[in-house]
Amino acid sequence: MKLDKNGETLVVRLSGELDHHYAVRIREMVDAAVLTGGFRRIIFDFTQVGFMDSSGIGTIMGRYKLMQAIGGSVSAFGISSQLDKLLSMSGIKKIISVYQNEQEAVRGAS
Amino acid sequence: MDYRNDMKIQFPNRSSNEGFARVAVAAFVAQLDVTVEQLSDIKTAVSEAVTNAIVHGYEHMKGYITVECAITDDGVEITVSDSGHGIGDIEKARQPLYTSRPELERSGMGFTVMETFMDEVTVTSALGVGTTVVMKKKLS
Repeated sequence: MKLDKNGETLVVRLSGELDHHYAVRIREMVDAAVLTGGFRRIIFDFTQVGFMDSSGIGTIMGRYKLMQAIGGSVSAFGISSQLDKLLSMSGIKKIISVYQNEQEAVRGAS
Repeated sequence: MDYRNDMKIQFPNRSSNEGFARVAVAAFVAQLDVTVEQLSDIKTAVSEAVTNAIVHGYEHMKGYITVECAITDDGVEITVSDSGHGIGDIEKARQPLYTSRPELERSGMGFTVMETFMDEVTVTSALGVGTTVVMKKKLS
């Protein structure tokens, strides 16, 4: 995982398999960055995520609640068809914006 | 029951084994003529069942999780079992968005994902004895 910081925007570049094991680390690192860096927007980059289970949904929902509490937003891009199936059934696409690519996500989040 | 082929693996309740379990099952199922989407569905369902066993079944206890996978005449049958706390109210546990551990950011979607991605999911559990989840998927 890599965190790219750009002004008030934090781009979280995930990689590998997003399960419960990995979710714990994402939660710790992203929350620490948000709480110390003053970010108002989190953009999740899923381009390099090959697998995700419902732990990923919990992780996105948790960050959504965090950002909502400080008046910020969460969005995502780079969703594969496997991920999209999971995101669609969870209803999470109703609360966060999903974009086709990074440019659109950055534009949409600004 | 006579299966066309079957396997069984056992591992301790460490979260690093979630990946091992789903990849092992996928590798076994790959001997059948399956699509990438079907394999992905199976991996996701196995991941949910094994994570449930780790997070809820054993919680802070140490224990082993058994995953069995059998190739049947029309698909696969996967059994994930633990000897942990057991589930008091299975109907409640299976409800979408219900989680007994909200502090862990569980989405409460585990059983819903299993039910959506597999054709049949049966849960049997007894408090203090453990939980067994049997999932079937038709592959034809």
